[in-house]
Amino acid sequence: MAIRSGDENGMAALYDRYSAVVYSVALRVLGDTGAAEDVLQEVFMQLWRNPGLFDSSRGSLGPWLAVIARHRAIDGLRKRRPETDIADVVVSVEPDMAGDAERARAMEKVRGTLGSMPSAQRQALEMAYFEGLSHSEISEKTGEPLGTIKTRIRSGLLALRKAFAT
Amino acid sequence: MSVHEQFAEDLALYALGALQGEERVSLEKHLDGCASCHRELEQLRGDMALMALSTAGPVPPRRARQRLIEAVAREPRRSATPATRGWWTLVPWVAAAALAAGLVALGLQNSDLQRRIAGLQDQSAQQLGELQRAREVVSTLTATDAMRVTLVAAKTPPQPQGKAIYVRDRSSLIFLASNLQPLPPQKAYELWLIPTSGAPIPAGVFKPDAHGSATVINPPLPAGVQAKAFAITVEPESGSSAPTLPIVMFGAGE
Repeated sequence: MAIRSGDENGMAALYDRYSAVVYSVALRVLGDTGAAEDVLQEVFMQLWRNPGLFDSSRGSLGPWLAVIARHRAIDGLRKRRPETDIADVVVSVEPDMAGDAERARAMEKVRGTLGSMPSAQRQALEMAYFEGLSHSEISEKTGEPLGTIKTRIRSGLLALRKAFAT
Repeated sequence: MSVHEQFAEDLALYALGALQGEERVSLEKHLDGCASCHRELEQLRGDMALMALSTAGPVPPRRARQRLIEAVAREPRRSATPATRGWWTLVPWVAAAALAAGLVALGLQNSDLQRRIAGLQDQSAQQLGELQRAREVVSTLTATDAMRVTLVAAKTPPQPQGKAIYVRDRSSLIFLASNLQPLPPQKAYELWLIPTSGAPIPAGVFKPDAHGSATVINPPLPAGVQAKAFAITVEPESGSSAPTLPIVMFGAGE
């Protein structure tokens, strides 16, 4: 990977490829363009400072950046210290989200899957994912039992996986 | 699916960072030794990455690219880090900070050594050995299955104890505690850095494990703050920006 060689142009190329994914997830979580730009900057600077954090033998960079960006945005939203040790984060998924066309196709599929979920399930998943709420907080807000919330969140994530398995 | 069913739903919450308290502790303990649950966790993170795609559309403003390029140009780049795997399970700065903290603790801080530390970070073969040892130190300090023994004068009942090791130049802080009292529901301990001037600075929210042990490693701190003491209070789980009295533990620098 170009960044391992300390190549500044390599960093710019990675930015061009993945900044939209990082920025859009941060913006959705934080709802503020300035704060989303800060997350974008932070995520790429971490990669610049420590390219070894991402191990290309254990997954693709795009999904990894998306997961790290979401974690950092939630940390910012909830004003807490970073909870996830990013060197521990290994992400297994295709696609790599690198190309515009590939990303657009995948986005359609994800939106279609979310759209076909029962609304209570989609709501629980989105509250956990975009608002960083715990299952007990979601249970309090929706009045649903804890166990139901847990099941909805997991089966929501599995539904996304299944959509890409075919 | 080979994942252990009793952990399946907790794993999804854990991937999202939504699992707290005892459930989180017991899942992490299980994850330490369960390869199939580890694989499932990686898959769940993949599912989370897919979820991120649902937000696709907005693109960052042009100035964000310029800002990154300028920041990259300003920041001295370390030499290339060789591809690593397997042992690389902790962030290098944790290991580097532990190594530096160890050296400082030994009273060996001088400019020569500072340069040597910087040199070590660049010289990968030797450095990897050093970092590996430092990583082992950190992983021993933070292992959930570590036996933690606090020695006190004989016949003294166990007292809550905390030890903060702070390196101002690096804003690096390692905090280890033992025999902490269990917390009320929805509460957590919060560590505070008390600067020589100004208000206490939040230095990490934590909960002790079932044995009363806890660790805070390198919480985000402002750069270069001179500390005169550290304190612990009980706060809401999300932490507070100013300490809520009473102070339950306190220690001043030597």
